[in-house]
Amino acid sequence: MSTGLNDNELISRVLKGDQQAYAGLVNRYQNYVFTLSMRFTRNREDAEEVSQDIFVKAYRALADFRGASKFSTWLYTIVNTTCITFLRKKRLEVHSLDNEKVFEVADSIDSGMRANLVEQKSRLSMVHNAIEMLNPDDAEVLTLFYKAEQTLEEIAVILGIEANTAKVRLHRARTRLKEKMEKHFAEELKDLN
Amino acid sequence: MSKQQTSDERLWDYIDGTSSPQDKTVIEQLIQSDVEWKTKYHELLEVQQLLQSTELDAPSMRFTKNVMEEIAKLHIAPATRNYINKRIIWGIAAFFITIIVGFLVYGVGQVDWTVKSDSKLPVDLTTIDFRKVDYSKMFNNNLVNGFMMLNVILGLFLLDRYLANKRKKFREEA
Repeated sequence: MSTGLNDNELISRVLKGDQQAYAGLVNRYQNYVFTLSMRFTRNREDAEEVSQDIFVKAYRALADFRGASKFSTWLYTIVNTTCITFLRKKRLEVHSLDNEKVFEVADSIDSGMRANLVEQKSRLSMVHNAIEMLNPDDAEVLTLFYKAEQTLEEIAVILGIEANTAKVRLHRARTRLKEKMEKHFAEELKDLN
Repeated sequence: MSKQQTSDERLWDYIDGTSSPQDKTVIEQLIQSDVEWKTKYHELLEVQQLLQSTELDAPSMRFTKNVMEEIAKLHIAPATRNYINKRIIWGIAAFFITIIVGFLVYGVGQVDWTVKSDSKLPVDLTTIDFRKVDYSKMFNNNLVNGFMMLNVILGLFLLDRYLANKRKKFREEA
């Protein structure tokens, strides 16, 4: 089985013609890619379709992976561009939204979700729902840093920005998450303390 | 507000382990001695722990199978570095540089450099009356006009790109 091999060994096998070795990479990264896609699409069907598209694109372009960065960093760059393209197609215009509009979008999501949140009081669902209330850019940077274990430098490469800008974005995202939790989950936070 | 943000940023750096050694010592002392800093530190630590405790979403059970079925119909594209010939790129660059240099030489060649008979060499620029230079000879050619127009358009594109980047950077920092 190819599961014991590291990323570069699996890639080497795939490039030599062992197509099945690619399943090892898909299994290893599908949850990360799917979670990141969910941050943008906000529904499972679209996220699954986008994630599949991402793995197909990565396979097609695998010969271009030079090993200068981690495979995950290279893969998340494809995730970022594919998700942005998806959003553009959906006319959500994430990148051109100013802060006011971002909050308008987030608040509209808030009001829609509130009814479902009453019963979801667990620690995990609280954070999960608070992340969903954020705009995709903030949710993405938090997921890359905390779940996908990417450094600020790697996040900068993925997003095509400077490391300092990535740091500012991460800080801003954490601040907004904290604000969302304090606004919508004050009771749950009290229970935790 | 800005003080608040600064303390937050410093605490996040401390929690992330990216503080400088000096800052780390200062923050440790502040956390121990200042109640406000201590409370804030515990709040942020709580957010940090909550974020780390989140779970990843998982796609459907058939996901890997779907991807493998999809790629079974495809081939890996050849690496771009293999099919992009650097000689071609250098050739295109040389072509454009030659054209630009050619136009410059042509333009300079069209200028009427003659000055009054009483002037001395080397030419004293202060004695040249630029109002009398016949620029029409330089710019009466359709090809030259087209070239200048193209340059103006490319310049505007460049300016637009530069301003868009600045705007984006400004928004990100705001």
